[in-house]
Amino acid sequence: MKLVLLALSLVAVTLASIVLGRYHISLHAWRRFLLDPGNGGVATQVLLRVRLPRILGGLLIGAGLSVSGAAYQGLFRNPLISPDILGASAGAGIGAAIAILLNCGAPGIQGISFLAGLGAVGAACFVAGRVRRGNDPVLALVLSGVMMASICEALISLTKTVADPEEKLPAITFWLMGSLGSINNTNLVWLLVLIPLGILVLMFMRWKLNVLSMGEEEAASLGVDTRRARWIIVLSATVLTTAAVSVSGMIGWVGLVIPHLARMIVGPNYKVLLPASIMLGGSYMLLVDDISRSAMANEIPLGILTHLIGAPFFLYLLVRTKQGWA
Amino acid sequence: MLRLDSVSCSYGAREVVKGISFTLEAGDVMCLLGANGSGKTTLFRALLRFLPLTQGEVYMDGEAIAHWSRRKLARTIAYVPQAHTPPFAFKVRDVVLMARTAHMNGIGAARRHDYEIVDHALDSLGITGLAEKEYTQLSGGERQMVLVARALAQEAKLLVMDEPASSLDFGNEIRMLTELKRLAGRGVSVLFTTHSPNHAFLCASQVAVMKDGRLLACGEPDLVLTGSCLEEAYGIPLEVIDIGNGNRTCVPLASRLAPQLHREGSHYLKFAGFAPENSRT
Repeated sequence: MKLVLLALSLVAVTLASIVLGRYHISLHAWRRFLLDPGNGGVATQVLLRVRLPRILGGLLIGAGLSVSGAAYQGLFRNPLISPDILGASAGAGIGAAIAILLNCGAPGIQGISFLAGLGAVGAACFVAGRVRRGNDPVLALVLSGVMMASICEALISLTKTVADPEEKLPAITFWLMGSLGSINNTNLVWLLVLIPLGILVLMFMRWKLNVLSMGEEEAASLGVDTRRARWIIVLSATVLTTAAVSVSGMIGWVGLVIPHLARMIVGPNYKVLLPASIMLGGSYMLLVDDISRSAMANEIPLGILTHLIGAPFFLYLLVRTKQGWA
Repeated sequence: MLRLDSVSCSYGAREVVKGISFTLEAGDVMCLLGANGSGKTTLFRALLRFLPLTQGEVYMDGEAIAHWSRRKLARTIAYVPQAHTPPFAFKVRDVVLMARTAHMNGIGAARRHDYEIVDHALDSLGITGLAEKEYTQLSGGERQMVLVARALAQEAKLLVMDEPASSLDFGNEIRMLTELKRLAGRGVSVLFTTHSPNHAFLCASQVAVMKDGRLLACGEPDLVLTGSCLEEAYGIPLEVIDIGNGNRTCVPLASRLAPQLHREGSHYLKFAGFAPENSRT
């Protein structure tokens, strides 16, 4: 029932986002577009080339980041964890910064940042496997992830200092602030493949995520091969985050706040938490992007807005949830 | 059914469990006694394969469990941890349903049959009323009961319980121990730890006493739990007395306790600040 309401609100937000935009589409143009999508009118071009890809991409990115955050939070048994925890975003950031320095085109920047994001998480996992002490592999993973993110951030700062201040530096800075503006039909295909794939795998793991959130040993005693489940979850959640970030740039707080909100609405059972995160994450991303597109004459970078909205909203959640975590 | 054959295991270089052997038959309730740091919890962790054995072997129905899959192990041995607070507020029914993990297919879809088993487990412990509540909102005793229900829904042959009575009030403690006896009547074996020797008199058909990682004694409670054995295990003067109707109970000898503590004061204090068993759990 709650899921149906969330789905309806997602549909409403999507429709509103299609109508909203700098280029005003008249009713007449809408009729022409709906009756004959193949015509070459300006309205059709704007819709098919710019607005619809951006909306679909925003939905996928919002859903991907939220599901990834929800999965990480369960795996690490901590509601304060965001999908950046293992260094995925920071890794993607350094990849993009280097690609910009090397004059790569848009697909190159995207590809390199995706690989660098996966690489950073891979390195964190490798280190975690080495330093593993006692019986808490999860703690080792978090610690090495935080280190990896810190190293990547230092390297990003380094690339900024050597970047040409006229062209490259603004490009890097804007990439780091995040935007849905660069979504086109090419990278939309990329998102359409990777994000549903990652979400599907995590949906299959939904029951194991429930059990793992009770604790490593308890999950093992309940019959979960915790090591295998952990790698599958980390891999899928990382693919989701890096695929999203490699297209949109760094977008913070979505993966932290949305799973939290979803948990308040439908409860912690992943069977309903994941679908709720998908729908809330998609709606939230579209809403924020609508503000980013329409609030000022210039587009406000999305990452700034997600921080500005996400952090106070999270504080509000903290104050509201008086006892424990929703 | 369960057989431990000279099991040893260690944390790093420190050997904590040293050559433990015993067997447990179907329908047995075995109580594991021992002072803090005597290796009870470590033995449990080894039994559940959370810790590798450095020596020896654990057998279930004659099969070594060392290479079993987690799934197979969970269908055979159920673990009841001490009541804890997980970070997320799952419904009690969902917590108990987790027991069915080892019985579900790879996709992990609970079937009607699974829900029936969950309801039955809750009902048999008389806690059906808790089903829709949030696990994190329950009292310690209620949580403990939920975890026992979960172990029942796991449909394992052996229940391993870490201090099942530790967070319960006096009434619930006795109810819980009686429940263990009833479970054994259904052919399930139970292995549990406790800090109170009287629990062994109440419900155990077998008792094992550990000291410094070794088995001090093992057998039927009435034969094994003598005053001298328990004095050696806990290091305090005590007496086991017959209170009629074949019931026995263990009481510390307070009058002899005070001078002894005075005499061994430094020794006692050294141990008071050192409780590795608590720090691990």
